[in-house]
Amino acid sequence: MRDKSGLVTRRGLIRAGAIGAGGLILSGCDRLNGSTRFREMLQGAEGLHLRSQRLLGRDALAREFSESDMSPVFRANGNREVRDNTYRKLLGRNFDGWALKVDGLVNRPLSLPLAAIRAMPQRAQITRHDCVEGWSAIGKWQGPQLSHVLDLAGLSDKARYIVFHCADRFGSVPYYESIDLADAYHPQTILAWRMNGQDLPEAHGAPLRLRVERQLGYKHAKYVMQIEARDTLAGLYRGKGGYWEDRGDYAWYAGI
Amino acid sequence: MSNSKPDQPLQGGKVVKRHRLSTRIWHWINAATLLVMLMSGLMIFNAHPRLYWGEYGANSDPAWLEIGSNAQGKGILRIGEITLETTGVLGVWTDRDGKLKRRAFPAWSTIPSKYSLADARLWHLAFAWVLAPGLLVYLLWSLINGHLRRDIHINRSEWRPAHLWHVVREHARLRFATGAEALKYNSLQKLAYAGVLFGLLPLAVLTGLAMSPGTDAWAPAVTQVFGGRQTARSLHFIIAIALVGFFLLHIAMVLLAGPINEIRAMITGNYRLPREKDDA
Repeated sequence: MRDKSGLVTRRGLIRAGAIGAGGLILSGCDRLNGSTRFREMLQGAEGLHLRSQRLLGRDALAREFSESDMSPVFRANGNREVRDNTYRKLLGRNFDGWALKVDGLVNRPLSLPLAAIRAMPQRAQITRHDCVEGWSAIGKWQGPQLSHVLDLAGLSDKARYIVFHCADRFGSVPYYESIDLADAYHPQTILAWRMNGQDLPEAHGAPLRLRVERQLGYKHAKYVMQIEARDTLAGLYRGKGGYWEDRGDYAWYAGI
Repeated sequence: MSNSKPDQPLQGGKVVKRHRLSTRIWHWINAATLLVMLMSGLMIFNAHPRLYWGEYGANSDPAWLEIGSNAQGKGILRIGEITLETTGVLGVWTDRDGKLKRRAFPAWSTIPSKYSLADARLWHLAFAWVLAPGLLVYLLWSLINGHLRRDIHINRSEWRPAHLWHVVREHARLRFATGAEALKYNSLQKLAYAGVLFGLLPLAVLTGLAMSPGTDAWAPAVTQVFGGRQTARSLHFIIAIALVGFFLLHIAMVLLAGPINEIRAMITGNYRLPREKDDA
């Protein structure tokens, strides 16, 4: 076994074994990845994430930074412009004549012009934006708390989710996102119309974007046109609560 | 490691019990889990193949490590000022159908093999629930059953530089312990296993948690202790590479020490004591 020729054979065997095992692992994993039952098992972890994070820090505040910590350039991601003609006209006149719709399971549906949103009590925060891809940027955001807007509209007891309908599109489908009431009423969840001391630029979601600080970037809907209170996410497009959740199988709860 | 009767002389060739059941179970679950974590992690890295120091970092910020392609279409790995051409392996490579791909880590190294950040996150974040609780339970159990104290604890005489140097030289000459001596881990083994159990694996879990925006809110110290989210991400990557290094060394040692006997011992617990050189 230990003579030279024996070693060579063994080494060859080991190498063949390693390559074979590698191939088996890869094709096995790809097959599992395609299996509905296995995917459902993997998706089960999302419930663990949500429950554990809520248990340990339901009301915890995201870290806030100072101006000296801010990114020199804040990367814009996802859609950076909106092609829609109505939107472009509104953008040209600084959203004069535009109004945010608040409807669904509310007692008083609202139509809020930008001036009304700017006149509300404001919250400013310098926070870190974490993209699902892995990068981060620190920026300053300002706007009314979402809770203030929801209280103005008077949320129905049946409401469980807040859905954000956006002006940007991927192909023919508009962007949308949703959060539950724990995040909707979190003090740092704001409707930002100001970023880094200026009116929100188009690339970052003018006139209004959601900031839901304890979750990843794709939850922070840009170009928000309408806020809808719902009792369930079923019936909203494909039912998973967001554009990427419905298409790419991203987690709806993105606190991880 | 050993529970053979003390009255029987332990000589080379004798088959004895080695590795407790808890060690054997954890070893294989952990090995499979780490492989999934590594391969799904490489796919997650592919979504943004740049690493930074500090709290923030994106495309316009300086990256200390980057995998991509240059203007000539060659695959490159850049670490600081050093750029290596890696065409075929990193940055630019051909897939099984011979198609040229521009992506950091190649299909054969990732889960899934086709680009999908969402799917890789599904795997990575689900198996994290096997890795972290598995490690915690194993460490606690090994503390209770004495595995850590008896087999991993490095005592004062083993820390002596002269002793360590002696073990290093024995390793370099590929002279391994025989007979009853082979049942004990030597000090280099202890250092390696302790480094993985108490260093690399817990740090992998913590740097992973440090990247979660949810955890950063209720436990900001976890992110801050590493110096920010992007530093934690960089360390997470470095730890993964270090674990690959441990794996390669581990496999090399198993092959040198006699793979069938070593692997059998980790599966069934039956271990044949290596014979003294004179008997061979």
